[in-house]
Amino acid sequence: MNNNEDIVLKLKNLKVHFPVKAGVFKRTVAHVKAVDGVDIDIYRGEVLGLAGESGCGKTTLGKAILRLVEPTGGQVSYNATDNEITELTSLTKKEMDPFRKKLQIVFQDPHSSLNPAFTIFGSLEEPLKKYGVSKRSERRKIIGDLLEAVNMHREYMDRYPHEFSGGQRQRIGIARALCIDPEIIVCDEAVSALDVSIQAQVLQLLMKLRKERNLTYLFITHDLSVTEYLCDRIAVMYLGRIVELCKAEDLYKNTLHPYSEALISAIPVADLDKKTKRIILEGDVPSPVNPPSGCPFHPRCPKAQDICKTKVPELKKYSTDGNEHYASCHLINQPEIS
Amino acid sequence: MDLETQQIHPNKDKMENNKNIALSVKDLKTYFYTNNRCNKAVNGVSFDIEKGKTLCVVGESGCGKSVTASTIMQLLPTLSRIEDGEIIFYKDEEKINIEKLERNGKEMREIRGSDIAMIFQDPMTALNPVYTVGFQIAENLQYHTTMNKKEIREKTISLLDDMGIPLPEQRVDEYPHSYSGGMRQRAMIAMAMACNPKILIADEPTTALDVTIQAQIFELMDNLKKNYNTAIMLITHDMGVVAELADNVAVMYMGNIVESGTADDVLRRPTHPYTKALLDSVPVLGRGRNQDIKPIKGSTPDAYDRPVGCQFAPRCNWADESCKIMPEITNISTSHEVRCHKYKEIFQY
Repeated sequence: MNNNEDIVLKLKNLKVHFPVKAGVFKRTVAHVKAVDGVDIDIYRGEVLGLAGESGCGKTTLGKAILRLVEPTGGQVSYNATDNEITELTSLTKKEMDPFRKKLQIVFQDPHSSLNPAFTIFGSLEEPLKKYGVSKRSERRKIIGDLLEAVNMHREYMDRYPHEFSGGQRQRIGIARALCIDPEIIVCDEAVSALDVSIQAQVLQLLMKLRKERNLTYLFITHDLSVTEYLCDRIAVMYLGRIVELCKAEDLYKNTLHPYSEALISAIPVADLDKKTKRIILEGDVPSPVNPPSGCPFHPRCPKAQDICKTKVPELKKYSTDGNEHYASCHLINQPEIS
Repeated sequence: MDLETQQIHPNKDKMENNKNIALSVKDLKTYFYTNNRCNKAVNGVSFDIEKGKTLCVVGESGCGKSVTASTIMQLLPTLSRIEDGEIIFYKDEEKINIEKLERNGKEMREIRGSDIAMIFQDPMTALNPVYTVGFQIAENLQYHTTMNKKEIREKTISLLDDMGIPLPEQRVDEYPHSYSGGMRQRAMIAMAMACNPKILIADEPTTALDVTIQAQIFELMDNLKKNYNTAIMLITHDMGVVAELADNVAVMYMGNIVESGTADDVLRRPTHPYTKALLDSVPVLGRGRNQDIKPIKGSTPDAYDRPVGCQFAPRCNWADESCKIMPEITNISTSHEVRCHKYKEIFQY
């Protein structure tokens, strides 16, 4: 699966810096480095998890891929099924339109992502209108089918968002992302706002749709137990950079980066037999305006050495259980693979 | 384990002799009245909080767990009323019936903040943005103790220091907006712990926080329990948190406690279908991709249009005709109680 043709989306040194303005003339005094040089290849048909604490830039990265936030540097290239590679970051707004059909997003908060003044049909028909389904009857049919695909009644399309519960609204959000048949869906904390019993329903629905429609997901979440269940590979982000990227099971079995280790140990597990020692990290995530020198994690890292304070570690390739495993830490005692 | 079915009255007299109980709630009913309709948010809840132990109340949103907490603190909105039941607070040798006290009367104000303290879910809104953090902590000490200004300031600084806030001498004079989320929550705990309360009620204290910060807060709460013998009532929706922190567990659904017992009882031998379903519906870290998660069918019913009898029946796989009648509480063992007709079948399952 890891040959080049299968890469559907290639992020190369992607950067999103937001200016911080101050003073009477609103001069730019600093930059928030929300995403600071991210390289990821997303393979066709995989579920890539993107995990990290709040403020680490995972949502910004998701939005930058869709150009809902303009990247300030680097490239996002999309590889169509016929191997035609397009660099999305260099397109104008108009040129971007046909690619919006391939890339869709499901937002975190189902209460605020649907327009309360529109019926469900009204919200869902917009993308169809834009992409050339001109007959109303046809649109009604497509939307009806979609609602059934997300386990809801066809008749619900004439109701308003306030008539639905959180879980139902999230499913409508998923239906909206699906309605123009995208290839890649960015799920930005799609299950975080839901109750646990409803969360399981939505997770199963996402798995079912992926199988039926051969979708690729970029699944952004802070909940590592969900990523482990759902994802093929997981990328862990810290302060705008990827610190570890590997197969889902390797992240738990053969953790390489001390941050991932601490993150995993901090998750409360609903299993009395599995009590592990929590690694307590000191302090909070530093401000991305003024990140620490060297390795951005070193002020909180329990294993930090002198080298970590001065030299920024690069994302290097290792091998665990025969799988590719990327991590950026000076203190890994494993041979690097080129 | 013996499975004798012993129907017992909700008012357990035997527990009253137990010296370790800090707070005892008996058959509590809190109703809300809006638009000529009545929401029975808490509908007959009984539990005890023991000294030096953590009671976790688990449930989904809307099940009445937060209302139970605000009822104990008498912080309910005006549209609601304690309809029935008792809340007994054991202060040293004294027995105080909290439900009989006036909402904002002198006695209640004396208990609130000094004997029973509460941590709220959202530290962003629970702190007043126009006062310094130090002032807000000192307020509590000023009201409840006889310390002078200098002592209060020293105590406030040492409280912040205990909570692991860096540079407390400087931070004490800062406003909440310059604190991060985790620090605000720690300041809230400092405020709650200012008068060494006997009972600490924490209403989803870490839901708004990151896991690494959550781990810090849990470590703090564990230390409080050990060092001051504080009784903790922790409200949460996360079974992982329960497994990690709880000594005793009460599972709530639609205003009732459906199952209660020690953490071992409830997590290892779940006997109510809802508890079982809750445990089966979350992915567990370390079990990989092949774990089988089972969503609970349907969604929580409308509080104004409740099902007849057992509230969980419409979503339950075991439900039949007998579930049209509300089941009584049954004792499975001395510590383990369940509210279900079918518990024997489920127990064997």
